Amino acid sequence: MLMIESRQFAREHGLFACIQCGKCTAGCPMAIKTKINPRTMIYRLLVAGNSFNLEGYEELWDCTTCNTCYSRCPKQVNPMEAFIALRSAVVEKGRVHPNVKTALESTFRHGNPLTMPREDRAAWIGDLDIKAAEEPAEYLYFVGCTPSYDPRVQKVSRALVQLLQESGLDFKVLGGEESCCGSEVRRLGEAGLFEMMVEENQELYKSMGVERMFTTSPHCFNTFKNDYPQNGLQVQHYTQVLASLLPESGSDATQKLTFSKKFERTVTYHDPCYLGKHNRIFDEPRAVLKSIPGLKLVEMDRSREKSLCCEGGGGRMWLEGTNPGLRLAQLRVKEALETGADVLATACPFCLLTLEEAVKHLNAEDRIQVLDIAEIAREAL
Amino acid sequence: MMTDYASNGHQPAALIIGGGIAGIQAALDIADAGFKVYLVERSPSIGGRMSQLDKTFPTLDCSSCIMTPKMVDVSRHPNIELHTYSEVAGIGGEPGNFQVRIKEKPRYVDVDKCRGCGLCAAACRLSGRVRGEPGSDHNAGVANRAAIYVPFPQAVPLVYTVDPQACIYLTRGVCGKTFLCQDACDAKAINFAQTEKFFDVEVQTIIVATGFDLFDPHRRPELGYGKYPQVITTLEFERLASASGPTAGKIVMNGQTPREIVFIQCVGSRDRSLAENGENGSPSYCSRVCCMAVAKQAHLAHDRIPGARVTVFYMDIRAFGKGFEEFYDRVRQEGVLYRRGNPSEIIRRGDKLLVRAEDTLLGELVEVEADMVVLAVGMQPRRNSHELDEILPLARGEDGYFLEAHPKMRPVDSNLPGVFLAGCCQGPKDIPDTVAHAKAAASAAMILLSKTRNACAV
Repeated sequence: MLMIESRQFAREHGLFACIQCGKCTAGCPMAIKTKINPRTMIYRLLVAGNSFNLEGYEELWDCTTCNTCYSRCPKQVNPMEAFIALRSAVVEKGRVHPNVKTALESTFRHGNPLTMPREDRAAWIGDLDIKAAEEPAEYLYFVGCTPSYDPRVQKVSRALVQLLQESGLDFKVLGGEESCCGSEVRRLGEAGLFEMMVEENQELYKSMGVERMFTTSPHCFNTFKNDYPQNGLQVQHYTQVLASLLPESGSDATQKLTFSKKFERTVTYHDPCYLGKHNRIFDEPRAVLKSIPGLKLVEMDRSREKSLCCEGGGGRMWLEGTNPGLRLAQLRVKEALETGADVLATACPFCLLTLEEAVKHLNAEDRIQVLDIAEIAREAL
Repeated sequence: MMTDYASNGHQPAALIIGGGIAGIQAALDIADAGFKVYLVERSPSIGGRMSQLDKTFPTLDCSSCIMTPKMVDVSRHPNIELHTYSEVAGIGGEPGNFQVRIKEKPRYVDVDKCRGCGLCAAACRLSGRVRGEPGSDHNAGVANRAAIYVPFPQAVPLVYTVDPQACIYLTRGVCGKTFLCQDACDAKAINFAQTEKFFDVEVQTIIVATGFDLFDPHRRPELGYGKYPQVITTLEFERLASASGPTAGKIVMNGQTPREIVFIQCVGSRDRSLAENGENGSPSYCSRVCCMAVAKQAHLAHDRIPGARVTVFYMDIRAFGKGFEEFYDRVRQEGVLYRRGNPSEIIRRGDKLLVRAEDTLLGELVEVEADMVVLAVGMQPRRNSHELDEILPLARGEDGYFLEAHPKMRPVDSNLPGVFLAGCCQGPKDIPDTVAHAKAAASAAMILLSKTRNACAV
């Protein structure tokens, strides 16, 4: 038995506001393929009296935290946050999938959920010459776990550094002192560990005199912006920084990002959930792509607010979910192929990995290439 | 009797702002009682939203047929001074003695000469090429016109107006070698030298009947309005279904008759989530008319397109008025399919649209194919109602509508003494409720007017 006090839970999460319209479930990308149904989950909690048994609701772990449910809800109910809180109740009882346990333990011990050693965190820098943690700089570039360790995504972090150095932006990195932001930890329901990480990270940034920061990943960006206490720290996603450096942005900054080479390919852009649906950043990534000479940008039908989740969020990089047979990333790549694009661009490490995997699975490597916006821009320097 | 006051210049008078059904009804009541009315309407014709409707629920009377006689009565009433294409520019004084300045915008057409023949519009270089704003245009932006136009054939007054946003001469300063409209006009009515005119009048009381705007469905981008041409609003459907509309009542889309029609209720009603991206906050209230408007339109679609599959997605059906539930029963029995669930998004598959919803009674996801999707857009307070603030500082409720003095006991009084509210400027209403509200406002205004008359008589 995995009992929770459901009345208290429903009150804390504003579930009594629900009018059972079903918009959440109708928009839920996982509801296409698993038993997950945010509407009925809310209803069960509402009618359960004060005790509800979470046992057997495996679909709790299907949620990718893409935020479609909340962005569509007319009554401002947030099923996604309710799912995260329900996960917390399960995690508290220690009843979690071994993969989740490993990711959480690794974050606690090594400062990353990838079971990678802390001392290798700065290895991606290689021969790049970047200002170190203790040096003063206008911006902190928060690299993030996957872009630090994953060989594919390291290319993105390196491309981004080259781009920003070319444009004259003054920034530093924390190198080996950088620790996970905690976004996935929070979304896997480990609220206690997340709180601890927030405290440690905040202290570190304060001691380094960080005032402005940008991230590779929309997930890190979102957690700093929306989950951390408001502390005066200005956080941006790197696509926002790049867009502000474009000559057409009209800013009077001396730093400028200009492209001298052509990138003559047809590109379609996949909006990452944590940029678009969570933070309504739709235009900046497109502004960067449109400013690249020779690049032709085409849109998928499901773009911007309707972007289809790649299934990489909410801890799902470590969990298969209840129906691994059908993958949303593969549906997404098919949609990208329909546009005639030969490049599927995104601006998120998780999207990059899931979409690239899907391209391989569909044997479509000769038709479409998955690239991060930073990589495309780097090629056009 | 009626003209006595007019002749001695002391006839007690009311100002009515807005010439929709609320303003028209209030004007007729007050004028019939022997008082003077200045009726000010911003657009080129009176008639308002009701003149845009085809049929009215639940009786299915033709909207124009019940509306047009009242519009004509207004134009002929000896006690009503009609100012169309005009705005209230200033109000001074106090209750019982308001000084009002009315600004008449230039139509660039002499209303005394214009016979409404339409030769000018046929001659205009932009004939058939000007698309009005969906929010304010009589045809809700579904049909084109010329840069000189009458909003609709039953317009009152039936005179032409030059659209200053469209007219080539007014926007660019030159229109070919000669004005084609002027050349075509036998009555020599077109006059580009016209300027604003001002009228100063004295009134004892004011009725505000400025109406409503419609929710802009762009604010729910996942529904694809503006992206998919097959997604239209209930007002656009109304123009397509109207016998006097651009398709003469044929429900067609790009020349094709839609076979699968989906209606979506509550678009921009009962929605608290839009506070951040709209000038009028979030429409958290029920708009009261959409359930029945959709029932009527579903009936029309079913009736006029044999074999059409008509689906209505809804959250709750609110059929509270006289004859409403019976009409809802009738529409279902005709074969219109009601499915409970609020669609989350519309996507494209091939040349069809897919409406994605959860059928909440089945607990299943459904994707309903559609070649026409009609969004039941809710009512909104007038977006430009703040323009009235400096002239008439009316209190507003949290929902943005003008606030009545007491929600139950003083439903037509505003916060300003002597100023009354009529119709949808106070909150969403259907036609019968609007007419009742307008009659109540007229009654309240006439209490003041008869006090004035009695005082004069002494």
